[in-house]
Amino acid sequence: MTQPGRPRLRVPEPPARPGQSPRFDHIPMSPAGAVGCPPIDVDPADTKPFAYQLIRILDDAGKAVGPWADYLGNVDADVLRRGLRDMMKTRFLDKRMLLAHRQGKTTNYAASTGEEAITCGFQRMLSPGDMNFPTYRQQGLLVASGYPLEKFMGLQFGNDLDPVEGKNLPPMISARDYGYFTISGNLATQYVQSVGWAMASAISGDDKVAAGWIGDGAAAEGDFHSALLYASVYRPPAVLNLINNQWAISSFVGIAGGHVPLACRAHGYGLASIRVDGNDFLAVMAAAKWAIARARQGHGAILIEWVTYRAAAHSTSDDPTVYRPKEEAAAWPLGDPIERLKQHLVAIGEWSDERHAQAQGEVEEEILGLQKLAESHGTMIGGGSAPLSAIFEKVYKDMPEHIRRQRQKAGI
Amino acid sequence: MARMTMIEAIRDAMDVKMTQDKRVVVFGEDVGYFGGVFRCTQGLQAKHGKERCFDAPINEGGIVGAAIGMATYGLRPCVEIQFADYVFPAYDQITQEAARMRFRSNGDFTCPLVIRMPTGGGIFGGQCHSQSPEACFTHVAGLKVVIPSNPYDAKGLLISAIEDDDPVIFLEPKRLYNGPFDGHHERKIVPWSQHEFGEVPEGHYNVPLGKAVVRRPGADVTVLAYGTMVHVALAAAQETGIDAEVIDIRTLLPLDLETIEASVAKTGRCVIVHEATQTSGFGAELMAVVQEACFYHLEAPMIRVAGYDAPYPYAQEWAYFPGPDRVGRALREVMEG
Repeated sequence: MTQPGRPRLRVPEPPARPGQSPRFDHIPMSPAGAVGCPPIDVDPADTKPFAYQLIRILDDAGKAVGPWADYLGNVDADVLRRGLRDMMKTRFLDKRMLLAHRQGKTTNYAASTGEEAITCGFQRMLSPGDMNFPTYRQQGLLVASGYPLEKFMGLQFGNDLDPVEGKNLPPMISARDYGYFTISGNLATQYVQSVGWAMASAISGDDKVAAGWIGDGAAAEGDFHSALLYASVYRPPAVLNLINNQWAISSFVGIAGGHVPLACRAHGYGLASIRVDGNDFLAVMAAAKWAIARARQGHGAILIEWVTYRAAAHSTSDDPTVYRPKEEAAAWPLGDPIERLKQHLVAIGEWSDERHAQAQGEVEEEILGLQKLAESHGTMIGGGSAPLSAIFEKVYKDMPEHIRRQRQKAGI
Repeated sequence: MARMTMIEAIRDAMDVKMTQDKRVVVFGEDVGYFGGVFRCTQGLQAKHGKERCFDAPINEGGIVGAAIGMATYGLRPCVEIQFADYVFPAYDQITQEAARMRFRSNGDFTCPLVIRMPTGGGIFGGQCHSQSPEACFTHVAGLKVVIPSNPYDAKGLLISAIEDDDPVIFLEPKRLYNGPFDGHHERKIVPWSQHEFGEVPEGHYNVPLGKAVVRRPGADVTVLAYGTMVHVALAAAQETGIDAEVIDIRTLLPLDLETIEASVAKTGRCVIVHEATQTSGFGAELMAVVQEACFYHLEAPMIRVAGYDAPYPYAQEWAYFPGPDRVGRALREVMEG
């Protein structure tokens, strides 16, 4: 018989704090290859079990196994090598920008270390005309889309290479031609916008796909739920990506209600969802291919929970050693995305330690060269070189009288 | 030329634009099959199809958020918020997203979007159906804010708003939907069919955004008003016999500085009238603008007549509403000053 009790406030605590041993046994896992691959027109109700499982392809030996590997089919080794290089490039770009921050050349950065497979793998599966609605931690999408990174660095350094002329906080760039939406910084707002964009695609008779991006922390916002609701009601071609990297600044995912897998949130809206190993490049490619095809062929939107770990600090303003064990990233059971894809390529005879070291050297040379170029246009050490007149321009299409007067008075 | 209510004029504006431009889509709560609780979208779904006029979930953040996504895609959404009082769940989307899309992307993305909503009191709507939140939007760089005072302007301004390449907040004084209202609630209602501004041309025409209009020329005092208060101010001028120049501001942001400055420079006196609560209301901005430009022309302190700084009451509506008696007292006071 249940004993009488009284209400007590439960404030969830992460499994480990600094000084304690990292633990991840609260996160539902599945062995590689263990989860089935449903047809792309699967009824949302039939995806419910997938929210409690984890789609993985690469096993511990780096072999591609299971039904999702079969669905993905044979991927040209060049495509995988390109993916590996994109991830390496993203990681080194992050490293250089963090260093530039320490040198005072930029004032804000958010690294994506450990999460590179999700963006670099997903971007490979999009088509020209599709649109990402990224957060500030998806620079991998830009790298993988071939965006000229000196412009991205120009934003960081506040100089005249910056396509947004100093108007937005780095690293929140805008690159329409590369399918990369202008980043807000106000969390979750763009999630529902991505659904609206996809609705417009459907209204216009197009088959362009919108890819929304959000983190585990922001999945608590009302706009997240609005997005799922609209995605379910109107069935637009939207793929709603939820990167669960376990941490929202200092709050572990339990504070955002993550004691239940976040993919389950789709169920209440009658929306399909799957849960995928975000550190498994092949699983990312397979799930992205499946979800994008589903959306593009009119079978409706989907929520994908990408399970990963934020190996980096939240941003350059954050010190994660204060709130989580230092060893947690290294203990992450799904490993490192670059190491895992490298292992796979080596296992299938398409890569080696020597080629990897050579590629690393090439990536570093390329990024360093671009950085040198970008820095030659000035950095924030000198206050940046973005044009002051940009303050008043493009607030509206045509400058109204009151802003014209303010600009005149400012003498800019 | 046809006689139309403001509801019919607003509906006609959307119909004209939906016919001309396939990019125009209309949605909101009860907006589709039913045609909106005030019937502003009646018949649009039947005529233009469900994909271009449809019902939305009761989720204002979603309505505006989705509309922003559509606008950045290249459509021209014109969405309805059922009452201005209910816009606040969408405030984040409007102020942080729509308003800044062009600026923060440096023109890479734009947001041609109209957000319509009934505003103001006079219908015994109580605190949740009577508010006038225009100042919450005029404080936001990147937005345009429009409030028509009659059917002719409503249609021409809404067409201009839908054609505008920036996001427009389109506030519709609900007390004016069916007829002009001068604040004399005890008197018989005059329908728009008996008013000159109830005459609305068929087809396409523009009333430009950013342009005020002198509704009543006068020599002694300038009255700055918009929406329902234009009619209240006209009544007050007539009843006091004071030769007031009544300016219908129509577009609050961007403001028509020239028309306002020219009038106050001429009259040397200024009364500002709005329904919204006084403190930090749009009247404060108008007062500042006039002071900056016309201080040496002023012969008396400016006066604001506004809603009291209390939530909009239900049973005491007519004691709260800034009617012609309060405006008339202000006119007399500013003439004595």
